[in-house]
Amino acid sequence: MSHHLVELKRLGHVYPDGTAALSEVSLRITHGECVAVIGANGAGKSTLLLHLNGCLVASSGEVRVGDFPLTRATLPQIRRTVGMVFQDPDDQLFMPTVLDDVAFGPLNLGLPPAEAEERSRDALALVGAWHLRDKPPYLLSGGEKKRVAIATVLAMSPDILVLDEPTSGLDPFARRQLMALLKDFRHTRIIASHDLDLVMDLCERTVVLHDGRVAADGETRELFRDDALLAQCRLEKPFSMQGCPVCGVVRRIA
Amino acid sequence: MHMADALLSPAVGGTMWAVSAGIIVYCSKKVTDELDERKVPLMGVLGAFLFAAQMINFSIPGTGSSGHLGGGLLLAILLGPHAAFLTIASVLVVQALFFADGGLLALGCNLFNLGYFPAFIAYPLIYRKIAGARPGQLRLSVAAIVAATVGLQLGAFGVVVETASSGISSLPFATFVLFMQPIHLAIGIVEGVVTAAIVSFVHRARPELIGAAARPTVTPGQQSLRKLLLAFLAGAVLTGGLFSWFASKDPDGLEWAIAQVSGEAELKGPEQGMHATLAALQERMAILPDYAFRKTDAGGQGNGGSDGNGDANPESRLGSSVSGIVGGLLALLLAFLIGFLLKRRVHRMPRAGGLS
Amino acid sequence: MASIESMAANFRRLDQFARADTAMHRLDARAKVMATLAFIVVVASFDRYTVAALLPFFIFPIVLAALGKLPTAYVARNVAVAIPFALAIGLFNPLFDQQVLFKLGSIPISAGWISCLSIVVRAVLTLSAALILIGVTGFPAVCEALERLGMPKVLAMQMQFLYRYLFVLIEDTRRSARALELRSCGRSPRLPTVASLIGFLLLRTWQRADRIHMAMLARAYRGDFHSRKVGNFGSGEVAFVAGWLVLFGLLRVYDASQLLGALVGRALP
Repeated sequence: MSHHLVELKRLGHVYPDGTAALSEVSLRITHGECVAVIGANGAGKSTLLLHLNGCLVASSGEVRVGDFPLTRATLPQIRRTVGMVFQDPDDQLFMPTVLDDVAFGPLNLGLPPAEAEERSRDALALVGAWHLRDKPPYLLSGGEKKRVAIATVLAMSPDILVLDEPTSGLDPFARRQLMALLKDFRHTRIIASHDLDLVMDLCERTVVLHDGRVAADGETRELFRDDALLAQCRLEKPFSMQGCPVCGVVRRIA
Repeated sequence: MHMADALLSPAVGGTMWAVSAGIIVYCSKKVTDELDERKVPLMGVLGAFLFAAQMINFSIPGTGSSGHLGGGLLLAILLGPHAAFLTIASVLVVQALFFADGGLLALGCNLFNLGYFPAFIAYPLIYRKIAGARPGQLRLSVAAIVAATVGLQLGAFGVVVETASSGISSLPFATFVLFMQPIHLAIGIVEGVVTAAIVSFVHRARPELIGAAARPTVTPGQQSLRKLLLAFLAGAVLTGGLFSWFASKDPDGLEWAIAQVSGEAELKGPEQGMHATLAALQERMAILPDYAFRKTDAGGQGNGGSDGNGDANPESRLGSSVSGIVGGLLALLLAFLIGFLLKRRVHRMPRAGGLS
Repeated sequence: MASIESMAANFRRLDQFARADTAMHRLDARAKVMATLAFIVVVASFDRYTVAALLPFFIFPIVLAALGKLPTAYVARNVAVAIPFALAIGLFNPLFDQQVLFKLGSIPISAGWISCLSIVVRAVLTLSAALILIGVTGFPAVCEALERLGMPKVLAMQMQFLYRYLFVLIEDTRRSARALELRSCGRSPRLPTVASLIGFLLLRTWQRADRIHMAMLARAYRGDFHSRKVGNFGSGEVAFVAGWLVLFGLLRVYDASQLLGALVGRALP
């Protein structure tokens, strides 16, 4: 169980041009948690996520996944454990067809083609995209691309899913579909998003980033009641917690 | 300009394929050895970028015409010669396959003209020498313009040499040179100006990019250049050798040609070399047509224009070429008919399958 | 702008044809690549005054297109676009090669016109063959076939990337070009403007490449592409290649047009 744990210790990151994107970020996420990372544009959400599977290297501090610190030696193992879904699915779907793409990871793990295909089929079936298997990525809709991108990661059977803006650019129906899908997962999930209603719906815990630092870390509903915090971090209440513009009734949230 | 299949003989096309394939293998090894695997997606995406960028036209000041980016030199500056050559190769392959730009046989020529010259001559020997390590705006522009111009001049000259040595086009060598080089001088200058503008834009926005990508290849690139030049020289000697061999066995072009068209190869064809063999072969096969043809001709004289030729010219040449043309058109018709029937069968098959 | 749209549409069209399922599509891509290359070499090997003997070669593209259900009109239109380029060079031949070969009625036909015609016929043959190869195989499969036939892996991978991101970048460029067009009031944009537009595109592309690389690393990429497909170069493929090779050989040695013409000539009188 303990290897599903994600721990950041005083993580700091400075980009080559001198911008400090993260400083002193400490977090501890345990097995099965669904944690949202929210914050204004440029608060450091994406930078934070990119550290979780070693796409970026920490300038200071430490990233631990499971019992291992993230180092060059543990990188392959950690990349198997942490599945990363990028914001723009076009960056993630780079193979000629959907099935080729989903099978890319398992084949890299050294699985024989038949087994890789079986895993890919399971992953595609799970996100409801098996019927798209022979399509090239450019023929997919935004929602389909997103689901296939998630399947490419699921095919690696990760324990931890990291998603960057999973609902950006989706129509309301595709967004609902995707949220239902994410809700069903039993993985540890770390989701960066501006979609605060999604955060309300899916994540019991939320981390608020502001200027590269952790401004708050706690129960999602508690955080969204803190008007001062939200204003300071350039955030708003989710629509579901705001008054109805027509009848003025605020939905009760227990 | 792209070299085209239609202007190319297999000997020239094949030789250039071999030369370009050699450079490809060499560059692939180089890129793999550098272990800069980050470059592979970068190269692919930059190839796609080049395609997209070529679609943007701009007006050329003072001429009223418009142009677009070629990009060979730009890629070399961004990626270094080896990765740039491979990227240009992939772009040319896509162009050949999708847009009928050039063609598959001409791919070797085009790679050499549009890939080798900018990546291995213009960039390392001219651009880098003029621009130096930290070029100012002026120096960078001068370097890009000179390098692009030289690269395109060499490329254009390549087209001329390849066309002339193929012998499909009748353009005299000197005329073609006088036609191609000045045009490509203008194109080269425009290419240089655009390249310089883009490079200095990137230089201002992300200075680390230009240095970073080209750096690993600088030192080995300089060393291996000599080897590559040697390989090129060897290729050229090989090509020359092949040609002189072909040429020496080739009878006087026009005579042979008339013989071909008139169907009199059997009578006038030279009795030596490869073409003699071919002619002999053709003669053996051609007994029937020849015989039939004479009969036709005799019949034609009697009937007066049964082959649609009012003159009823007894000259056998015409009769033969007419029979060739008629036969050719028939063959074409037959081919289309076969295609049509096949298509109907293909269309019908799934339905039949559905019924059973 | 129109050209960008038509180019993108063309890619999609061809890609769509390539995803059909016919016997021709199911054939191993290597067989089709080999036959097409042989075809082009044989066509190119005729001397410059050959016209009639080339016509029977149309059988190859026509049969492939028919079996692969490629619409004739589509292929014809795309090849027709390229003919002016062949003509541009071919038309010099009548200028420089004025020797009269024969007279058609009272019109003297010079060798130059014959060789010009030959260039056009060659262009149509070779270009349609290449286009049809893609149409019945698909670009990714052609890449894979070329790799198995010995093309370096780096180039094959790179071509796959190029093809994949072509669609994305064409879309990207189209948006930028449209924005530029909307603000340039009908004038053709100036060079510095275009240079910075292309520069921006380049930077965006570069960042995208970095992200793609990260996405690949995140899925255990270590510099190798593994293929899911196993080759099936069976007896069908061997027969396909051998059959065409024999036919090309026969058509190269015997002038089928002369034969046919003579036969008809003998039958008529």
